[in-house]
Amino acid sequence: MENDVLLEVTDLNIEFHDHIIPETVVFDFDLTLKQGEIVGLVGESGSGKSMSALAIAGLLSRKDMKKRGRIFYDGKDLLTISRNELRSIQGNDISMIFQEPLTSLNPVKRIYDQVEEPLRIHTDLSKEQRYEKVLKILTEVELDDPEHVMRQYPHELSGGMRQRVMIATAMIMEPKILIADEPTTALDVTIQSQIVKLLKKLNARKKTSILFISHDLSLVRTLCERVLVMKDGYIVESGPVERVFTNPTEEYTKKLIAAIPKIDPELIYHNERDTDSK
Amino acid sequence: MRYALKKIVTMMITVIVVTLFVYIAFNLISGDPAISMLGTNATPERLNALREELHLNDPVIVRYFRWLIALFKGDMGVSYSYRIDVSTMIFDKIPVTATMAAMSFILMIVISIPLGIHTSKYQGGVLDRIIMILNQIIMSIPPFFSGILITLIFGRILKIFTPGGYVSYSNDFGGFLWYMFFPSLAIALPKATMAVKLLRGSLISEYNMDYVRTAYSKGNTTNGVIYNHMLKNAILPVITFLGMALTDIIAGSIIVEQVFGIPGLGRILLTSISNRDYPVVMAIIVIISFMVLVVNMLVDIIYSLIDPRISFEDK
Amino acid sequence: MKTNKKNFNFILGIGIIIFMVLFVFLGRILPLRDANAIDATLKFAPPSLKHPFGCDNFGREILSRVIQGSFSTFCIALGTVFIGTFFGIIIGALTGYFGGLVDEILMRINDAIFAFPSILLALLFISLLGPGTYQVVIALGIAFIPSFARIVRGEFLKNRNMDYVKCAKLLGASDLRIMVIHILPNTLKVLLNSVLIGFNNAVLAEASMSFLGIGVQPPDPSLGRMLSEAQGFLFKAPNYALFPGLAIILMVLGFGLLSDSFEK
Repeated sequence: MENDVLLEVTDLNIEFHDHIIPETVVFDFDLTLKQGEIVGLVGESGSGKSMSALAIAGLLSRKDMKKRGRIFYDGKDLLTISRNELRSIQGNDISMIFQEPLTSLNPVKRIYDQVEEPLRIHTDLSKEQRYEKVLKILTEVELDDPEHVMRQYPHELSGGMRQRVMIATAMIMEPKILIADEPTTALDVTIQSQIVKLLKKLNARKKTSILFISHDLSLVRTLCERVLVMKDGYIVESGPVERVFTNPTEEYTKKLIAAIPKIDPELIYHNERDTDSK
Repeated sequence: MRYALKKIVTMMITVIVVTLFVYIAFNLISGDPAISMLGTNATPERLNALREELHLNDPVIVRYFRWLIALFKGDMGVSYSYRIDVSTMIFDKIPVTATMAAMSFILMIVISIPLGIHTSKYQGGVLDRIIMILNQIIMSIPPFFSGILITLIFGRILKIFTPGGYVSYSNDFGGFLWYMFFPSLAIALPKATMAVKLLRGSLISEYNMDYVRTAYSKGNTTNGVIYNHMLKNAILPVITFLGMALTDIIAGSIIVEQVFGIPGLGRILLTSISNRDYPVVMAIIVIISFMVLVVNMLVDIIYSLIDPRISFEDK
Repeated sequence: MKTNKKNFNFILGIGIIIFMVLFVFLGRILPLRDANAIDATLKFAPPSLKHPFGCDNFGREILSRVIQGSFSTFCIALGTVFIGTFFGIIIGALTGYFGGLVDEILMRINDAIFAFPSILLALLFISLLGPGTYQVVIALGIAFIPSFARIVRGEFLKNRNMDYVKCAKLLGASDLRIMVIHILPNTLKVLLNSVLIGFNNAVLAEASMSFLGIGVQPPDPSLGRMLSEAQGFLFKAPNYALFPGLAIILMVLGFGLLSDSFEK
């Protein structure tokens, strides 16, 4: 099954260099991601999970942050390839969605232009072909009236719609890997489960692997097959989701699981029709 | 609609406040124009006749509204000193001042936007530091002194233009534009430095925005991120400044005209102020305040075109 | 990094200001030639040990004239800022604190005047009051009131609904007391910066007005008028234009750097 592996991260260390004393925030991070797989990455804020994700997406400044280790994708080490090569992968093979969809979208550009942008960067499609693609992906992320939405600006949409737009932008090139950095944290609980369902559907349909980062263990449990638990820059535990949840080996993981409010996420989903007033 | 209405009301109040103030003040405080026209030796009969002719005996508020209405019809009254229509006096001067203001404005933008982008992109670098130090120094130069320096350097030392050799636009338009380039530069330089500083700061704060990270995640180059994403956001606070700068440029042109010996609105304004020729002064003040108001209006429209979060319909 | 740059600006700014203050005050103490003394033999004397800045077209000592001119510019700018701040605080505080219709009307008028270039406004006042030093102070001072009033109003508006003001009200403090003792000190930081910027604008405006010949009247020296006179002899005696120009630049640069270092 070795050739199934899409992404292989080994011994990733990240050091900050924008202060006088360098500070290491991620130690010996290892991760393999197979095709079509959804892997969860959990930990509290400051544990280094977002840093690792940004490093994989190639979004950490090369100047201020020193990275050691390897991020192998498609036979290339993303840490050493040229900027041009990296850019041809970004948004094309590997794309990313973020925690706060309002600020992650450009406030002064129309939705259409923002969703279309990866097509402009990575393809030579004609204007009409690009329009078709945008319309298709906006429909796929289940936005009502996509032709209206594409003419709007981010501030005119609701939080859930914005995140759907972000997902559409990330998925328009049908990337191999989608990195989702706390994509539901800024949203209402009811919208959260909708977004998670959408990600799962897209994963099944397009065979896109997803690295799902969250501090919400119950969400990770409904979505992911494998999970990695991070604390203070180290991976403290990893394995299949059910095993980690039912039989955690680390004290820290046990604490995290104990902290989950005892509400069945499925229950929330069933109730949303009544509570979602929007 | 409320936003547009509020703007228009403010505009109208500005016109009325400025003109009424100017009118009443000139009428009450300045000397009797009949005396200043005929001299102190004139007979009371002659003075009275002239006062009648100029409608100086009516109440001030009546005269104000008569003057304002006439003004909107294009009749600006008769100059006390030259006894000719004010409109003929100043009509051919408006293009001179307007050209200078427009050129200064364009120069300011052409200078400041590339420098603002460059210094923010290479923030902390050697070139950035040198530019920012020069910037701070040029910012402290009053426009008439930059005019003197430009005259000295380009006119006297490099001899690429003749100081004092103004050519009228009706005789030689090319020569006129070439001559106007130097006063425009003198006005534009100090203003451009402020724009550089503002745009640089604005761009630097944009670099930390989430949408910039999103843009990079799509595979954009740094230039792509700057030009397609950040610039439009970063320019917003600069636009407000540019509007204010343009009104300053219009006012500043009065002074720089003196340095370069240009017969524009400024020169007539200054001579008319010393001659107490107040129909001329008032007409020029009104024209300039209209220019200022149009600029302010344009700034608001441009702002709302760039920033979809502000619209003329609501807010 | 950032704080270093701010400190650098602060030290350089203070340094330039101290230099200018010393220059002006030492110049007034030292036995220099009278700024208005004419000596035909010294006409256009180049800079030398005896006449460091050289002499002008009447053989007057440029150094003494720059010192005198800087002093009057400094005083006029101070007077202007004083008038602008004093009335600006009163108008801004009353409108910002009480609000209501008076506020609305005053602020509309204020906005209207604010939109109008202040140098033009000052020119208008001068044409009413006639040229002269005190007239310039009054004209510029009035022209500067709207911008100060705007800033102070904004601060009072912001503070008016804060808990500490509500608390003082509950304790029975009078409006005047709240405005002066409680709110005003909280606006000082913002006010200080606008005073520095206002001072700079006043220096530039005063120089412009005396350049146009409507400020300080001859034979008393002023930096602006010296520059306008020097214009005719630019090639013959560039020092005549450079030194007064440099004095203006240093004054503005010093206060500009200082206000920069106060910015957040």
